[in-house]
Amino acid sequence: MSALTDLGVAAIRNGVRDGDFSAREVAEAFNTAVAGADALNAFIVKTPEHALAAADAADKARAAGETLKPLAGVPIGMKDLFATKGVQTTAASHILEGFKPEYESTVSHKLWGAGAGMLGKLNLDQFAMGSSNETSYFGNVISPWRRGEGDTTPLAPGGSSGGSSAAIAARLCPAATGTDTGGSIRQPAAFTGISGIKPTYGRCSRWGVVAFASSLDQPGPMAHDVRDCAIMLEAMAGFDPRDSTSLDMAVPKWEAGLSADLRGKRVGIPAEYRMDGTPAEIEALWQQGIAWLKDAGAEIVEVSLPHTKYALPAYYIIAPAEASSNLARYDGVRYGLRELAEGQNLQEMYAATRAAGFGDEVKRRILIGTYVLSAGFYDAYYTQAQKVRTLIARDFDNAWSQCDLLLTPTAPSAAFGLGEKVDPLAMYLNDVFTVPASLAGVPAMSVPGGLDSAGLPLGLQIIGKPFDEQGVLNAGLALEQRADFTARPKVWW
Amino acid sequence: MATKTALSYRIQGDTGEWEVVIGLEVHAQITSQAKLFSGAATAFGAEPNSQVSLVDAAMPGMLPVLNGECIRQAVRTGMAIGAVINKWSRFDRKNYFYADLPQGYQISQLYHPLVGEGTITISLDEKDPNAEVKAIGVERIHVEQDAGKLMHDQHPTRSYVDLNRSGVALMEIVSKPDMRSPAEAGAYLSKLRSILRYVGSCDGNMDQGSMRADVNVSVRKPGEPFGTRTETKNVNSVRFVMQAIEYEARRQIEVLESGGRIVQETRLFDPDKGETRSMRSKEDAQDYRYFPDPDLLPLELDDSFLEDCRASLPELPDAKRRRYEESLGLTAYNAAVLTAEAETARWFEALLAESARIQKKGEQEVARAAANWLLSDLYGALNRLGKGIDESPVSPEQGAELLALIADGTISNTLGKQVFEIMLETGDAPGEIVEERGMKQTSDTGAIEAVIAEILAKNPNQLEQYRGGKEALFGFFVGQTMKAMAGKANPAMVNELLKKALS
Repeated sequence: MSALTDLGVAAIRNGVRDGDFSAREVAEAFNTAVAGADALNAFIVKTPEHALAAADAADKARAAGETLKPLAGVPIGMKDLFATKGVQTTAASHILEGFKPEYESTVSHKLWGAGAGMLGKLNLDQFAMGSSNETSYFGNVISPWRRGEGDTTPLAPGGSSGGSSAAIAARLCPAATGTDTGGSIRQPAAFTGISGIKPTYGRCSRWGVVAFASSLDQPGPMAHDVRDCAIMLEAMAGFDPRDSTSLDMAVPKWEAGLSADLRGKRVGIPAEYRMDGTPAEIEALWQQGIAWLKDAGAEIVEVSLPHTKYALPAYYIIAPAEASSNLARYDGVRYGLRELAEGQNLQEMYAATRAAGFGDEVKRRILIGTYVLSAGFYDAYYTQAQKVRTLIARDFDNAWSQCDLLLTPTAPSAAFGLGEKVDPLAMYLNDVFTVPASLAGVPAMSVPGGLDSAGLPLGLQIIGKPFDEQGVLNAGLALEQRADFTARPKVWW
Repeated sequence: MATKTALSYRIQGDTGEWEVVIGLEVHAQITSQAKLFSGAATAFGAEPNSQVSLVDAAMPGMLPVLNGECIRQAVRTGMAIGAVINKWSRFDRKNYFYADLPQGYQISQLYHPLVGEGTITISLDEKDPNAEVKAIGVERIHVEQDAGKLMHDQHPTRSYVDLNRSGVALMEIVSKPDMRSPAEAGAYLSKLRSILRYVGSCDGNMDQGSMRADVNVSVRKPGEPFGTRTETKNVNSVRFVMQAIEYEARRQIEVLESGGRIVQETRLFDPDKGETRSMRSKEDAQDYRYFPDPDLLPLELDDSFLEDCRASLPELPDAKRRRYEESLGLTAYNAAVLTAEAETARWFEALLAESARIQKKGEQEVARAAANWLLSDLYGALNRLGKGIDESPVSPEQGAELLALIADGTISNTLGKQVFEIMLETGDAPGEIVEERGMKQTSDTGAIEAVIAEILAKNPNQLEQYRGGKEALFGFFVGQTMKAMAGKANPAMVNELLKKALS
């Protein structure tokens, strides 16, 4: 039998249920793995006792002959954007360093209610702003992956959910929560050879998730495979009356509905996603993905999403605009960091607190957001960007008349080296394939497709109709079965 | 003539007459158990920071959820002033930093308010049926969050913040610049407060801050375009609003007449000095960066919700006043006074219903006596006691019982006043008082005749003079008889029997 830490969510759940091993053994194995992986810097806070307590509850329930909860015995990682009661919640920022909420986010609450335990709080780009994890106040996460034999260049795990992606790829946890605003689940999943789904906007409650851009933020799961994502998503999703943008719809049985048979499905290939400068290997993987989906019975159709090229600029107006307002509450008055020298006034306290508490990328986006909402610029930027957003949503609506799903690459490159992308605009380009689905609020997932010539994972993205997570998961499963992605990073940490 | 002059209010300057142009933005706290976007309570006077939810404190990841009751109240208010109700409205964020604003933005409605244009009709003298009336336009009513409160008196070098008010629901009721005198502004504010209290959407308590006004004032020579306005913030009584306008108009005229110009600015009213002073000018005005709140969906109202709102509206002051005059036959003055405050009208209607019930008469038959008693006897007593009608020691039911005793001749009007005084002191029911103290009026002919005979016998001189033609002495005999009977004789009967005995 392989190591317990090699197991995914379904395997752990089934093993605990069947008595192959105890939940405590699983939790201890992952706790040990987490403790030995400081070099990856994937965790900001470790909570081994939380994982053990949940495991013991699962073992006790099993001993008592009770029906086990859906995630009984499964320890997971929690992105440090989710408020966890009594456990430091920072959004990887200095301004929230030491902040221990009195409340539990809806999503984490649901996961604990489903029997999951918490291994720790996972590192991320500060306030989820970034694509490489380099903006974390607590230092960047290092991907467990390396380019070929002997290369020790530290690589980005993607972002913003880079702690989540690195921890899963390194077998520090079988699954983790992520949040996706413009690709923050999908791009890191692609960089690290794992799966991750951003569900339809509103599927998972945002209550208790530190806000970046409210109209785009959406929690979702990251895991080794599609089935594990389905199990996790079922536990995370559901209507929440405390989130006004929450979807008031029943949560489908996604795991039970999994099927790799795509006969009768039409998959669109959007012409506009063929961009200059896309590496040939990514183009080749895309073609391979098309062949796999055909093999699974899908019909392939060419479609057009004509406003795709405006998605990235619109996103980088709307998201910072909302962020500039969402982050105003970090002012040093009620919680978190306060910088107030003797004799200083309120304005000086604001300036000093926010100057010290926010990193450069966060400040950049607050400045951009403040600018685009300013009198005289509002219509030219914000209003225009909202119009573009409407057109992009319309592009998808039109596409759905020709197809059920879309297949695209997840990211325009494999993982890059930490420190390689110093130009913010070059960094923003990483989101080019993921941002349109975020603007339209539709479900999208990344599954690993293969390795590039340097031995780094590449991902394929499936985009679906609103509320059709099942269709997305099923197409992901069809790709997964054919890609047979078994590569894993060699342990160097 | 007086009202005519008041409506064309002018201020005489060195260069001639000036006209004052006034618009009011009234912030009215919506009556609701919970805040606009959180479940926290809203009671006035609670311990600082004892009514603060995680949402009100803007903790990370907290989200607003709209309180439907606040919307219902604002819609009902809109309907009460005949305003357009916008079935589609939206909340926007108004962004600025201040220590009493935890989110760093106020959730308000700039672009798409809940309520559109309406009208409030004012009269400069509500008690005068012939006074001129004027329609003041309401531009809009939108719903927004209140901020917290800074406390500067708790510590020598620090300020504290109380977030109890943070997130409390307000209606901002924006008038058009339709008012032309302090009196009109006062009448508008009073009328608005009366309507809010009738509707029950705001308690109108200006001294507790649940209603306050931003006062926009400009001056111009009659017939000229609007001048530059100033805005005096947070004025919290009708009298202060009138003072602020008067002061501000005279100040502006002085500036203009001495060759200066008016700066568009925000000013503060100092109630101790009766002055306004500059707070910040337009140049320092903040850029609020309004944008639609992405945490909230647009607000869409359906017809059944609107129908429920409309059906729940009470009879409003203007309609009630007309009904009191036309159906109940009250004087214009009485109808106006009884309807000016919802609480008075409620008390009066309870008195009226009970009076009609126990006297087995129609309301219109007992209305005048009830109105007169309430406005003279009860009001007189309440004034003396320094109490409002809602604190009256006598209930409408007790009042009705007293009126019935007078109406059926059990006691005289004079005795009625005495009984009422005892009621105020003891809280006892009037019937009991009359019974226990033997205050029942007597109509016993024999008893009265016996007393009269005694009086005539005791006063032979007066009797002689009366019979000799000094008829003014009739009153003397009435007085003596009433006195001998301790006021309990039926006065009409005393008159009749005396005349018979003296003839």
